[in-house]
Parts: sequence; structure tokens; C-alpha cells
Amino acid sequence: MNANRLTRRGLLSGLAVLPIAKASAQGFAGMGQAAGEFALPRPDTAITFPADHAPHPDFRIEWWYVTANLEGPDGTPYGIQWTLFRSALRPAPVTDGWATSQVWMGHAALTTQDSHFAAERFSRGGIGVAGVMLAPFEARIDDWSMSGPDIGHVRLTAAGTDFAFDLQLATDKPFILQGANGYSVKSSVGAASHYYSQPFYRVDGSLTLPGGAVEVSGKAWMDREWSSQPLAEDQSGWDWFSLHLDSGDKVMGYRLRGAEVYTASTWITAQGASTSFDNGAFSAEPLELTDVNGNDVPTTWAARLPVRGLDVTVTALNPQSWMPLTVSYWEGPVRVTGSHTGIGYLEMTGYG
Amino acid sequence: MIRAGLHALLSHWWRHPFQLVTLMLGLATATALWSGVQAINAEARASYDRAARTLAGSERDILVARDGGDITLDTFVALRRAGWQVSPLIEGRVDTDAGPLNVIGIDLFTLPMDDLPEGIGTFGGSPDFVAGDGQLLVSPATQRRLADAAGLPPRVSLADMPDAVAYTDIGVAQRLLQRETFDRLVIAAPPALNAPPLSQVAPTLARRAARSGNDIARLTDSFHLNLTAFGLLSFAVGLFIVRGAIGLAFEQRRGVFRTLRALGLPARLLLGLLVAELLVLALVAGALGVALGYVIATLLLPDVAATLRGLYGAEVDGALSLRPIWWATGLAIAVLGTAVAAAGSLWKVAHLPLFAPAQPRAWARASDRAMRLQAMASAGLLAVAALLGWVGGGLVAGFVLLGALLVGAALALPMFLSVTLAAFARLSKGPLAQWFWADTRQQLPGLSLALMALLLALAANIGVGTMVNSFRATFTGWLDQRLASELYVTAPSEADAADLRAWLDPRVDAILPIRSVDATLGGAPGEIFGIADHPTYTDNWPLIEAGPDVRDRVASGEAVLINEQLARRETLWPGDTIALPGWTEATIAGVYSDYGNPTGQAMVGLSRFDALFPEAPDLRYGLRVSGDTDALARDLQAAFPGAQVTDQAAIKRLSLDVFERTFTVTAALNVLTLSVAALAILTSLLTLATMRQPQLAPVWALGLTRARLGQLELLRALLLAALTFVAALPVGLALAWVLLAVINVEAFGWRLPMQLFPRDWLWLAALSLLAAGFAALLPAIRLSRLPPNELLKVFAHER
Repeated sequence: MNANRLTRRGLLSGLAVLPIAKASAQGFAGMGQAAGEFALPRPDTAITFPADHAPHPDFRIEWWYVTANLEGPDGTPYGIQWTLFRSALRPAPVTDGWATSQVWMGHAALTTQDSHFAAERFSRGGIGVAGVMLAPFEARIDDWSMSGPDIGHVRLTAAGTDFAFDLQLATDKPFILQGANGYSVKSSVGAASHYYSQPFYRVDGSLTLPGGAVEVSGKAWMDREWSSQPLAEDQSGWDWFSLHLDSGDKVMGYRLRGAEVYTASTWITAQGASTSFDNGAFSAEPLELTDVNGNDVPTTWAARLPVRGLDVTVTALNPQSWMPLTVSYWEGPVRVTGSHTGIGYLEMTGYG
Repeated sequence: MIRAGLHALLSHWWRHPFQLVTLMLGLATATALWSGVQAINAEARASYDRAARTLAGSERDILVARDGGDITLDTFVALRRAGWQVSPLIEGRVDTDAGPLNVIGIDLFTLPMDDLPEGIGTFGGSPDFVAGDGQLLVSPATQRRLADAAGLPPRVSLADMPDAVAYTDIGVAQRLLQRETFDRLVIAAPPALNAPPLSQVAPTLARRAARSGNDIARLTDSFHLNLTAFGLLSFAVGLFIVRGAIGLAFEQRRGVFRTLRALGLPARLLLGLLVAELLVLALVAGALGVALGYVIATLLLPDVAATLRGLYGAEVDGALSLRPIWWATGLAIAVLGTAVAAAGSLWKVAHLPLFAPAQPRAWARASDRAMRLQAMASAGLLAVAALLGWVGGGLVAGFVLLGALLVGAALALPMFLSVTLAAFARLSKGPLAQWFWADTRQQLPGLSLALMALLLALAANIGVGTMVNSFRATFTGWLDQRLASELYVTAPSEADAADLRAWLDPRVDAILPIRSVDATLGGAPGEIFGIADHPTYTDNWPLIEAGPDVRDRVASGEAVLINEQLARRETLWPGDTIALPGWTEATIAGVYSDYGNPTGQAMVGLSRFDALFPEAPDLRYGLRVSGDTDALARDLQAAFPGAQVTDQAAIKRLSLDVFERTFTVTAALNVLTLSVAALAILTSLLTLATMRQPQLAPVWALGLTRARLGQLELLRALLLAALTFVAALPVGLALAWVLLAVINVEAFGWRLPMQLFPRDWLWLAALSLLAAGFAALLPAIRLSRLPPNELLKVFAHER
């Protein structure tokens, strides 16, 4: 698997040896063998809260993935991403100290209409620099953190050398189990993960940009996912949509690209009732390609979920929302027009 | 014409094969010594460069503890959580069954990959590197060396890795080095936009700019400069031979040159042919010399490597690799040397008057003027030397001083000999004696180059010999003082150490803990020792400077002792203060001499040491024993099989062994230089022998037998050698003073008292007489057996 052609999951399985991979194209090898000894997602596992907000160290990979669509006082749109990835080097009990098997990676980004800032962090667990604690809730890597009395009420901070954000996220709405009660299938040959979301965060806070600080407010979406299974060999990347419709409904849809295109989606009502749809219900077609980092990346999409009458055009706020990090991909805020209107986030891997 | 000219010129070598051999030998030897030394230096430098690249993060700014101490995990975590992109580093030495191993602990999650040796790029990455037992990333050679070492994590061999160092995860390194702290934090990237300033997050740390240069290279610079100086000296001495041989060959071919010119060979072409001839000779001899130099370097390198390891802890490969650049420089120096040696002769050929008769006497007449010029140059150089000795500072100034002194002395030699011989001539009575002195003086110009070579070789021998012997005497005395305990024991663990102390208590006179920690002293790595208040230390300690009440103030923890290296480097003397970890203003009570290593050291009273460094291991003890030491050692070993027991004699032996090895190279080069000087005398005498026939023939005709003439030749050589020795003695002593009082202080940080060893001088004088005697023997025998008709020919035709 090439370092530049990663899926979200491949990205995480590579994380174990990431710092070494910086100097070595073969750095991602070596993780496949141990897969059998990690726990595997099971359809009959019941997800319980708040316990499942905490790490699942017996699974190889896991993430706390927050995106937010924000607006300045003058209506200027912004987007931020805050992600904490966990990866286990081997299935072993969690220990304190340097010899831990738990490895963490953070990605943060701030996107405006004409610029995109990104930064990353690496650390191991066990030494007090990175990890996730339940009560009070704290997900942290270095100076970046998502912390508060509980996961529904958190302060989200991150900073690079040229940007920073400091936001308050709050919601009392329920968490949404994706797939079949949180068991989310990723291919027709059986790869899967445990997956739930919190798409209802309200956001207030401030961004720091080269031009100065901006007060913002908006909506945030958190994805939580853990697994141990790599994707199928032939799957080279994915396109992942999380949309806040102006009607108050939320849509999650992903499209895995391989020998077959595999899709899955969830329709979430403004009240928090959700319906998941299997492969084929959701579709997304690229409408327009943009040269990003020397590659053609689709930045305008036709996304459809006919069962719910959704037929929209999804357009990148900033087509150059490239994350030029150790593992690179496209991630940025989008606008929704068509049968429904709204905003959202798009993540695309495997294009660079 | 070219062909005929070349044939005529080259036929000379055919008729004088010995001259050719001398020329080649001189040039080859000179090149060999020079390129051998260069090869050693190049190999060592290459090793240092590899080692320098091992010092992870050397090209980025770092954070170090203001007091020179360690950095704790808490500080690191606080910085990371504040947005500072720092990466922890720890370095240290682990003793293994296969010798010491430098371990560098890194955190691959936070350290930029560019900071690591290229070899690590080929490391595919493995979970084992971080979790579990860990892994040591080493070069193939180091892996072989460590093949049987027990107690180390598994090794992974990577090509392009530096030797003698192992990279491992920071946690594994901490375990191996038995530490929980870091040496420094590398600033891997700029801090986050809103990160608070360093003074707020970690006020105990200071930011240091990226390291400039390479510590080991800096430490060993002096050693290599030393070798280079010797190489250059040998080369210079070798050039005297070449000069002699070329001068002779040109002198003898003067007739041929004239004939060729008279036959119509243009001067320019003649010159071109001679230059081509010399170039070919230089290249052949140079190639021979480089090959010979390779052999010399191969023979000396293991000793040099052992010395560098023993003295500086610098690792140098024992194997020599042939570098193309080395061949090129070897040949270049041979050609350059030939050019220098032949310049005078070529100039003469270029200005050869076509019809002037051969003028063997002209050389001698012209040399009067040359001698005065030389004497003036010499006076200038000696003045420079004196000035540098007075005000100079720094290693380079020290070596310039050395060079000026030696060359100045060598240039003054002809004047000295001429004046001395003139004095002898005035004192002598009878025609034979007067002729002898006058004739000796007459020969000076021809022999002066060889005698200068001898002077240099002798002075170097006396100087270096005095330095080494003074050093040895001081070092042995210092070892006796410093190694006062009869037995030294190291316990395997703290728990064992307690049992050990309890067991020893009734059996020995005193148990003296030896505790130390690594620390930064005066901005460079050093060590801090804790010493017990016991007469063993206070009575024997070799203090070179002491303030009042040294003993009490150190024992009570009020003040510290520092070693001479540190004192000289930082100009800190009793009364000044120095920053120690946790004790920013420690008053210095005294300075002790320390010839064990070139790094800085400080000594703190044991109770204060314990308060400052409670985590420092308490495992080693010196034992004062009044009874049977051997019996106690045996009992001790039997009672504590895990303990390491060493007796004083063994440590002394080891230390002296390291010391002797340090100077093996010096001694070898000394012998080589002296041999080259003897060869120079031989060739000069042979050169003169043929030229002197016109001068000897009248003396022979006046009734002096050939045998008597031969004896006088031998006597003259011995006399000149003896006079040269007399001149060399003060030069050698001055050289020794420079080495001890200037070079050593700069290079090692200690100044040694100079001691004189007259017995060595006698030995050397005998050796130089022997060398001169041997060199003169062949020409003298030849003279005594010279067929009378050869001498008669002198009267028949001029040449």
C-alpha cells in the first residue's frame, strides 16, 4: 500500500510506524501480520455510552474526528477539522511509560475560502502527552485537546505555527449509531468497523488567522470509529460526506472506491432519529475536477439518496483544501445546493 | 634532437643507478611518511564525521538545563502540552561484554527524520522498536562486534549507519543507561502560534543554538595536528635527500648539458626535458611512496585507534579504506616536493653560461652569501618563535611557534657550524690540523642540508622524548596518588551494595564510596564526583591550586574542587564559582591535576553530593586494606560473585598501558625521522665524495696516504654529527618546553612540569654518531681504496 494512496483506515494502520515511514516508502509494511490478534468488530456488540467514548485498545485503530462549519460575524464561512487517531502497535495491555503499544496522531486544519492551514502531531501514549480519558472527558495530543465535563460539552483547541482555534462545542442530543446499531460494513467481502456520530454540536468560539482573531459560531459533527480490519486489498480510497441540511436533517454518506464502488449512508432527522441504508442506496458522482497538489481531485459532486428525495450538488468551499501532512488527503467544508440546501464536510483520500 | 637529448640525459641514471635509487628512496620515503599520516588522519576524520552524524539533532537548536543537569519527563510533557515541538534525547555509554557501546535514545514520534543517519531510512519500522524489549539499530560492523554481547536488546543491522553507536528508542535507552531523565530536548519545529514563552513553561531550561561543528573532532584536533606536524617534518627531512640527489645528478651532468646546448639544443627544450624527467621520477616515486604510506598507515592505525579510544572515547575504524583523493594528494605532494627540491638546480641550468667552464668551487663561494641570508631568515624566525612563546595563545599559534623554532634553528645551523669550525681552526696548530678544519668548513655548504635534516630529527627526538618522559613521570606519580585505595569493588545492585558494605565493614580500614554523575560543566560534557572526607583523599589529593581550608570546606559541602582541564578552559581558579546542577554558584576551593581524560570534572563533598544527586548510583567503593589484599579480594569475590573486584595494580597497569599506546605512534615516527636523516647524510657524503677529488688530490700528492685521508673523512663526519647534536640539544629542549607548556595546555588542558633526562641524550648522541659514522663509512672506505690514477687525473684535466 502506497503511503500516498490511503484510505482513512489504511492511514491508521500505517500510523503505527508513521514516523519511520517518513523516510521509507515501505514504512507501512509490517502491520498486516498482527491483524489476527486484534479484536474484530462484531455485529452483536452493543455500543454503550459513555464507556464507548473511551479508547478501545484491543482494536488496532480508532479515531475521534470533529469537523465544524463556522461563520464569522459578517457571514464569512470557515471550516475546521480536529482529529485524534489512535493506533496500537500490537495487541497488548495498555501500560504506562515509553514502552507502550499505543500510538497517537493529531490532525488539525482551518479552511477559509482562499486559504487552508494544516498541522499534525505525533506521540505515543503512556507518558502523559496523548490519550483519551472519560471523566472528565479529555482527548489530547500535546497542546491540542477536546475536553470538558462530558463529551457533549467540550472545549476544542488546536494550533499550528500559522493558525489556531479555540471553540466551545455543546449538545444534549443523542449520539447516532451508524450502520446496524453501530456496526458499519465497509465492503461486500466483510470489512467493518464500529461507528457512531454526534452531528448536533453547536459551536461558539474564535479562530486565529494570520489577519487576526475572528469570532465564529456554527455546527460541528463528530465521528467515532474503531476497527482492526484493513480494507479490502483493492480499495484505494474513499469519498466521505457529512452534511448539515438547512431543514435540520443530517446526512452521512460514503463511497469506497475499489474493484466495486461500495456505498453506505444514514439519514438523521432534526430530532435525532436515524435510518441507515446499505450499499447502493447512496451515490455520488464527480462533476468537476480541480488540480490539487498536482493531481485531479473531484471538488464538485452530484450526491443522491433517492429514498429520501436527496439530489444535491456538493461544492468545495475551497477546492485547495489539501492536507499536506505525513499522510496527505483532501478535507474541507462544502456547500450543498439542489433538492436540499445546506453545508457540510467532505473528506477524500487516495487522490494524491 | 629530442630523442638524442633525452638519451644523453637519461644515460646518466644508467651509469649511476645508486643515485637513482637514492633519489627514488628519498622521495618515496618522504611521500610515504606524509601520506601515511594523512591516511590515518583521513580515516579518523571520516570516522568522526560518521560519528557526528550520529549525534541526533545536532543541526537544530536544543534546550538544555540551565544548571547543566538532566531534564525530567515532567518538563518534557509540560513543553509538549504547551505547544513546544520538542523531542527528547539521551546519550550514554553502556558497558557490554564486547566493550563500551554508545547508545543514543531517540523518540521517532517527535524527532524529524532528517536528523538521523541515512541508514535509519532503510529501517522498515517495527512495533518492536518501541514496545517490548526494544531494538538497537547498528552498523553491520557493530552488529558483528556485539554478536555475543549479553543483556542487550536485539540488534538490527543497517547499512550506512555509523559505527560503534546504537540508536534505540528513548525508553529503551533510559533502561540501558539506568536513567529516567534526558540530556537535552531538540527543537524539532517552531512552537505553535499561541505557545507560551519558554521562560513561562520551563524556566529551568535554556535554549542553545545548533551545535557548531563536531565535539570529537574538536577534542582530537590537537592529536591530528600533532600527527600532521610529524608527517610534515618527515616530509621535509625526506626532501633534503631529494635535494641532495637532484643536486648531484645535475652537477654531474653539467658537462652533458653544456655539450647538448653547444650542439644546438635550445635551453628551453633542455629545461623541458629535465622537467619531464623529474616529473616521471616524481610520479613513480610518489606512487611507490603512497603504497608505502598505506603500509605504514595500516601498521600504525590500530595503535592510533586504540589511543583515540582510550584518550577521547573517539571511535575510529581499525580498517583503512583506500581513498582516490589520497592517491591524488600523495602524488601531488611528491611532485610538489620534487619541484621545491629541484627548483634551485633547474634555475642554474636555465642560466648556464654556454661556454663557461664547470665551476665546482663556485658553489662554495656563492654559499657564503647564502649562509648570511639564511642566518638572517633564521634570526627572524627565532624572533617570531620567541614572540609567540611570549604572547601566543591557541593550538595553531603553538604549532606556528613550533615550526618557526625548528626551521629557524635549522637555518642557523650552517652559521653556527661555520663559526665553531673557524674557532677550532684558529686554535689548531700544524698544517694538517689547519687543513682539516679549513677543509671541513669548505664542505659545510654541501653537507649543510643533510646536517639540518639531522638537527631537525635530533631536536624532534629530544623534544618529544622529554615531553613523553616528563608526562610519564608525572602520570605515574599522579596514578600513585589518585589510586590510593588497595581494592576497588563495584556491586551489581543497590541492594547488593548494602550487603557488601555490611560484609566489608569489619574487614577493611575504610570504605570510600565512588559516586559520579554526568553533567554539563562550563557548557561542555563533564562529570561530577562525590568524595568522602577521608585522609586517603585529603592527604593524597594532587592539588595544583588551593584556597584556604580546602579539606574542611569541601567536606562540609561549602565548596568544590575542579580539575585542571576545566580550570584552564574556563579560567576558573580558587575563589571563583561554577554552576553545577542544582547548585548554581558553587565556590571553587581548589584545582587538582587530572591526566585521566580531557573532559572537565568537579568534586563535591559526599553529603552535599548525596543531597544534589540522590539518584546517582551508589555501587562503587575504594577499599583501604591494611592486611592481605589478595586474600580479601578472593573472599570478597567468593561472597559476592556478582561484584566486580579490581586491585590497584591492575588499574594502574591498564592506565599505563593506555598511556604507552598513546605514544606508540610518536615513537614510531621518531625512529623513522631519524633514519631518514641518516640516509640524508649518507647521500650527501656520497655526493661530496666525487666532487671532492680535486681538493683531496693535492693533499694526497703532498704525502698524506689514502688510508689517512679515509680516516679523516670518517672523523669529520663524526665531528659534524657531534656538533650538530650539541646544537640540537637546546633546540630539542625548547621544543619540549613548547610541547609541555603550550601545546599540551591547549590540546589536553593540563600543564606538565618539565623534567630532564640526560641519560636519554647520551643515548641519542651515541645513536647520531653511529648513524653519521655508518653514513661516512662507505665514502671513507671508497676513498681509502681509490685508485691513485683517479687522483692523478685531477691534475691532468679539470673534470
